[in-house]
Amino acid sequence: MSDEIKVDVEMDLKGLACPMPVIKVSQQIKKMTTGQILAAETTDPGAHTDFPAWAKTSGNEILKIEKGDPESKFFIKKLK
Amino acid sequence: MDVNETIESLKKQMAELKESTEKNQLSMVVFSGDLDKLLASFIIATGAVAMGLDVVMFFTFWATSALRKKKAKVKGKDFFGKMFGFMLPKGSTKVKLSKMNMGGMGTAMMKTLMKKKNVQSLEQMIDLAAELDVKIYICEMSMDLMGFKREEMIDYPHRNFVGVATFLEVAGNSKIQLFI
Repeated sequence: MSDEIKVDVEMDLKGLACPMPVIKVSQQIKKMTTGQILAAETTDPGAHTDFPAWAKTSGNEILKIEKGDPESKFFIKKLK
Repeated sequence: MDVNETIESLKKQMAELKESTEKNQLSMVVFSGDLDKLLASFIIATGAVAMGLDVVMFFTFWATSALRKKKAKVKGKDFFGKMFGFMLPKGSTKVKLSKMNMGGMGTAMMKTLMKKKNVQSLEQMIDLAAELDVKIYICEMSMDLMGFKREEMIDYPHRNFVGVATFLEVAGNSKIQLFI
Protein backbone atom coordinates (compact mmCIF):
# COMPACT_ATOMS: atom_id res chain seq x y z
CA MET A 1 0.00 0.00 0.00
CA SER A 2 1.35 3.37 -0.94
CA ASP A 3 0.78 6.50 1.06
CA GLU A 4 1.14 8.96 -1.80
CA ILE A 5 0.48 12.52 -0.72
CA LYS A 6 -1.96 14.38 -2.94
CA VAL A 7 -0.17 17.59 -3.81
CA ASP A 8 -2.16 20.72 -4.76
CA VAL A 9 0.68 23.08 -5.63
CA GLU A 10 4.27 22.33 -6.62
CA MET A 11 7.03 24.89 -6.18
CA ASP A 12 10.52 24.83 -7.57
CA LEU A 13 12.79 26.82 -5.26
CA LYS A 14 16.04 25.20 -6.33
CA GLY A 15 19.00 27.55 -6.34
CA LEU A 16 17.39 30.15 -4.12
CA ALA A 17 19.28 31.22 -1.01
CA CYS A 18 18.06 32.24 2.44
CA PRO A 19 15.62 33.91 3.10
CA MET A 20 13.89 33.40 -0.26
CA PRO A 21 12.61 29.79 0.12
CA VAL A 22 10.73 30.58 3.32
CA ILE A 23 9.38 33.86 1.92
CA LYS A 24 8.16 32.23 -1.31
CA VAL A 25 6.53 29.38 0.59
CA SER A 26 4.79 31.72 3.05
CA GLN A 27 3.44 33.82 0.19
CA GLN A 28 2.19 30.76 -1.66
CA ILE A 29 0.54 29.27 1.43
CA LYS A 30 -1.40 32.52 1.91
CA LYS A 31 -3.05 32.01 -1.50
CA MET A 32 -4.10 28.45 -0.71
CA THR A 33 -7.07 27.12 1.25
CA THR A 34 -6.96 25.20 4.53
CA GLY A 35 -6.13 21.54 4.06
CA GLN A 36 -4.34 21.99 0.74
CA ILE A 37 -0.84 20.64 0.33
CA LEU A 38 2.19 22.40 -1.04
CA ALA A 39 5.28 20.56 -2.23
CA ALA A 40 8.42 22.69 -2.34
CA GLU A 41 11.75 21.62 -3.73
CA THR A 42 14.79 23.47 -2.44
CA THR A 43 18.58 23.22 -2.48
CA ASP A 44 19.02 25.58 0.47
CA PRO A 45 20.79 23.58 3.20
CA GLY A 46 19.26 25.86 5.83
CA ALA A 47 15.77 24.76 4.79
CA HIS A 48 15.97 21.62 6.94
CA THR A 49 15.77 23.73 10.06
CA ASP A 50 14.07 26.77 8.52
CA PHE A 51 10.96 25.14 7.12
CA PRO A 52 10.08 23.34 10.38
CA ALA A 53 10.70 26.57 12.33
CA TRP A 54 8.53 28.51 9.92
CA ALA A 55 5.77 25.88 9.97
CA LYS A 56 5.70 25.83 13.76
CA THR A 57 5.45 29.62 14.02
CA SER A 58 2.95 30.11 11.23
CA GLY A 59 0.79 27.18 12.32
CA ASN A 60 1.25 24.87 9.35
CA GLU A 61 2.31 21.25 9.21
CA ILE A 62 5.19 19.52 7.48
CA LEU A 63 3.87 16.11 6.45
CA LYS A 64 6.98 14.68 4.93
CA ILE A 65 10.51 15.56 3.91
CA GLU A 66 12.12 13.75 0.99
CA LYS A 67 15.73 14.33 1.82
CA GLY A 68 18.09 14.43 -1.12
CA ASP A 69 21.45 15.80 -2.07
CA PRO A 70 21.45 18.65 -2.86
CA GLU A 71 17.71 19.09 -3.35
CA SER A 72 15.06 18.13 -0.83
CA LYS A 73 11.30 18.12 -1.14
CA PHE A 74 9.06 19.41 1.63
CA PHE A 75 5.36 18.54 1.80
CA ILE A 76 3.53 21.23 3.70
CA LYS A 77 -0.13 21.17 4.71
CA LYS A 78 -1.94 24.43 5.25
CA LEU A 79 -3.65 24.24 8.62
CA LYS A 80 -5.20 27.69 8.95
CA MET B 1 -19.54 41.73 45.49
CA ASP B 2 -22.06 39.89 43.41
CA VAL B 3 -21.07 37.57 40.62
CA ASN B 4 -22.14 39.81 37.77
CA GLU B 5 -20.07 42.64 39.09
CA THR B 6 -17.06 40.39 39.39
CA ILE B 7 -17.46 39.20 35.82
CA GLU B 8 -17.79 42.75 34.57
CA SER B 9 -14.63 43.84 36.34
CA LEU B 10 -12.77 40.80 35.03
CA LYS B 11 -13.91 41.56 31.49
CA LYS B 12 -12.65 45.09 31.88
CA GLN B 13 -9.29 43.87 33.12
CA MET B 14 -9.01 41.43 30.22
CA ALA B 15 -9.66 44.20 27.71
CA GLU B 16 -7.03 46.37 29.33
CA LEU B 17 -4.54 43.52 29.26
CA LYS B 18 -5.22 42.85 25.61
CA GLU B 19 -4.60 46.49 24.86
CA SER B 20 -1.25 46.58 26.60
CA THR B 21 0.23 43.26 25.47
CA GLU B 22 2.75 43.24 22.70
CA LYS B 23 1.73 42.80 19.09
CA ASN B 24 3.09 40.19 16.74
CA GLN B 25 5.66 42.70 15.63
CA LEU B 26 9.40 43.11 15.11
CA SER B 27 11.08 46.47 15.43
CA MET B 28 14.62 47.07 14.38
CA VAL B 29 17.04 49.97 14.70
CA VAL B 30 19.19 50.03 11.58
CA PHE B 31 22.15 52.16 12.60
CA SER B 32 24.94 50.84 10.41
CA GLY B 33 25.55 52.04 6.88
CA ASP B 34 27.65 48.96 6.03
CA LEU B 35 26.55 46.70 3.21
CA ASP B 36 26.86 43.50 5.25
CA LYS B 37 24.85 44.78 8.20
CA LEU B 38 22.20 46.30 5.95
CA LEU B 39 21.85 42.97 4.16
CA ALA B 40 21.46 41.15 7.46
CA SER B 41 18.81 43.68 8.53
CA PHE B 42 16.75 43.14 5.39
CA ILE B 43 17.10 39.36 5.50
CA ILE B 44 15.79 39.34 9.07
CA ALA B 45 13.04 41.84 8.22
CA THR B 46 11.73 39.92 5.21
CA GLY B 47 12.13 36.59 6.98
CA ALA B 48 10.11 37.94 9.88
CA VAL B 49 7.22 38.78 7.54
CA ALA B 50 7.26 35.15 6.38
CA MET B 51 7.00 34.15 10.05
CA GLY B 52 3.86 36.23 10.35
CA LEU B 53 5.29 39.33 12.04
CA ASP B 54 4.68 42.97 11.18
CA VAL B 55 8.04 44.65 10.71
CA VAL B 56 9.19 48.21 11.34
CA MET B 57 12.74 49.23 10.46
CA PHE B 58 13.94 52.46 12.05
CA PHE B 59 16.81 53.91 10.02
CA THR B 60 19.11 56.21 11.90
CA PHE B 61 22.58 57.73 11.59
CA TRP B 62 24.83 56.09 8.98
CA ALA B 63 22.07 53.82 7.74
CA THR B 64 20.06 56.77 6.41
CA SER B 65 22.51 57.32 3.57
CA ALA B 66 21.70 53.85 2.22
CA LEU B 67 18.19 55.09 1.52
CA ARG B 68 19.29 58.02 -0.63
CA LYS B 69 18.50 58.14 -4.32
CA LYS B 70 21.38 57.41 -6.66
CA LYS B 71 21.07 60.75 -8.36
CA ALA B 72 19.28 63.60 -6.74
CA LYS B 73 20.02 67.24 -7.18
CA VAL B 74 18.97 68.93 -3.99
CA LYS B 75 19.10 72.66 -3.54
CA GLY B 76 19.41 74.73 -0.44
CA LYS B 77 22.07 72.75 1.48
CA ASP B 78 24.58 74.55 3.64
CA PHE B 79 28.33 73.89 3.57
CA PHE B 80 28.24 70.93 6.00
CA GLY B 81 25.19 69.48 4.28
CA LYS B 82 27.01 69.55 0.98
CA MET B 83 30.09 67.97 2.58
CA PHE B 84 28.11 65.11 4.13
CA GLY B 85 26.17 64.68 0.92
CA PHE B 86 29.39 64.32 -0.99
CA MET B 87 31.27 62.12 1.48
CA LEU B 88 28.52 59.63 2.33
CA PRO B 89 27.33 56.90 -0.05
CA LYS B 90 24.54 57.85 -2.43
CA GLY B 91 22.20 54.96 -1.87
CA SER B 92 22.24 51.22 -1.46
CA THR B 93 24.45 50.51 -4.47
CA LYS B 94 27.28 52.56 -3.01
CA VAL B 95 27.53 51.18 0.51
CA LYS B 96 30.65 49.20 1.47
CA LEU B 97 31.45 46.12 3.52
CA SER B 98 32.36 46.73 7.16
CA LYS B 99 35.36 44.41 6.76
CA MET B 100 37.63 43.54 3.85
CA ASN B 101 36.49 46.45 1.73
CA MET B 102 40.07 46.90 0.43
CA GLY B 103 39.37 50.14 -1.37
CA GLY B 104 36.19 48.76 -2.87
CA MET B 105 37.72 45.56 -4.23
CA GLY B 106 36.36 43.42 -1.40
CA THR B 107 32.87 44.83 -1.82
CA ALA B 108 32.94 44.21 -5.58
CA MET B 109 34.13 40.66 -5.00
CA MET B 110 31.41 40.04 -2.44
CA LYS B 111 28.76 41.29 -4.89
CA THR B 112 30.07 38.95 -7.60
CA LEU B 113 30.05 36.07 -5.16
CA MET B 114 26.51 36.86 -4.05
CA LYS B 115 25.32 36.83 -7.64
CA LYS B 116 27.05 33.50 -8.22
CA LYS B 117 25.48 31.97 -5.11
CA ASN B 118 22.08 33.45 -5.97
CA VAL B 119 21.96 35.60 -2.83
CA GLN B 120 19.68 38.62 -3.26
CA SER B 121 21.36 41.99 -3.63
CA LEU B 122 20.59 44.82 -1.22
CA GLU B 123 18.50 46.57 -3.91
CA GLN B 124 16.47 43.40 -4.47
CA MET B 125 16.00 43.03 -0.71
CA ILE B 126 14.67 46.60 -0.43
CA ASP B 127 12.19 45.93 -3.25
CA LEU B 128 11.16 42.68 -1.60
CA ALA B 129 10.68 44.43 1.74
CA ALA B 130 8.43 46.97 0.03
CA GLU B 131 6.42 44.18 -1.55
CA LEU B 132 6.04 42.50 1.85
CA ASP B 133 4.81 45.70 3.53
CA VAL B 134 7.86 46.16 5.76
CA LYS B 135 7.64 49.68 7.16
CA ILE B 136 10.67 51.95 7.03
CA TYR B 137 10.85 54.82 9.48
CA ILE B 138 13.63 57.31 8.94
CA CYS B 139 15.09 59.31 11.80
CA GLU B 140 14.38 62.96 11.14
CA MET B 141 17.19 64.15 13.39
CA SER B 142 19.87 62.10 11.60
CA MET B 143 18.73 63.48 8.28
CA ASP B 144 18.76 67.00 9.59
CA LEU B 145 22.23 66.50 11.09
CA MET B 146 23.71 65.28 7.84
CA GLY B 147 21.75 67.75 5.78
CA PHE B 148 19.74 65.13 3.90
CA LYS B 149 16.49 66.38 2.42
CA ARG B 150 13.31 64.33 2.21
CA GLU B 151 13.29 64.60 -1.58
CA GLU B 152 16.63 62.80 -1.87
CA MET B 153 15.32 59.69 -0.11
CA ILE B 154 14.07 56.74 -2.17
CA ASP B 155 10.34 56.50 -2.83
CA TYR B 156 9.61 53.56 -0.61
CA PRO B 157 5.89 52.77 -0.24
CA HIS B 158 5.74 52.49 3.56
CA ARG B 159 8.12 55.27 4.41
CA ASN B 160 7.75 57.65 7.30
CA PHE B 161 9.90 60.35 8.85
CA VAL B 162 9.84 60.04 12.60
CA GLY B 163 11.58 60.72 15.90
CA VAL B 164 12.74 58.53 18.74
CA ALA B 165 9.39 58.55 20.56
CA THR B 166 7.68 56.93 17.59
CA PHE B 167 10.29 54.21 17.50
CA LEU B 168 10.00 53.58 21.23
CA GLU B 169 6.24 53.31 21.01
CA VAL B 170 6.57 50.74 18.22
CA ALA B 171 9.37 48.91 20.05
CA GLY B 172 7.33 48.78 23.23
CA ASN B 173 4.59 46.97 21.35
CA SER B 174 6.94 44.51 19.67
CA LYS B 175 7.85 40.95 20.53
CA ILE B 176 11.34 41.34 19.16
CA GLN B 177 13.57 44.40 19.15
CA LEU B 178 16.92 44.50 17.38
CA PHE B 179 19.73 47.00 16.96
CA ILE B 180 21.94 46.55 13.93
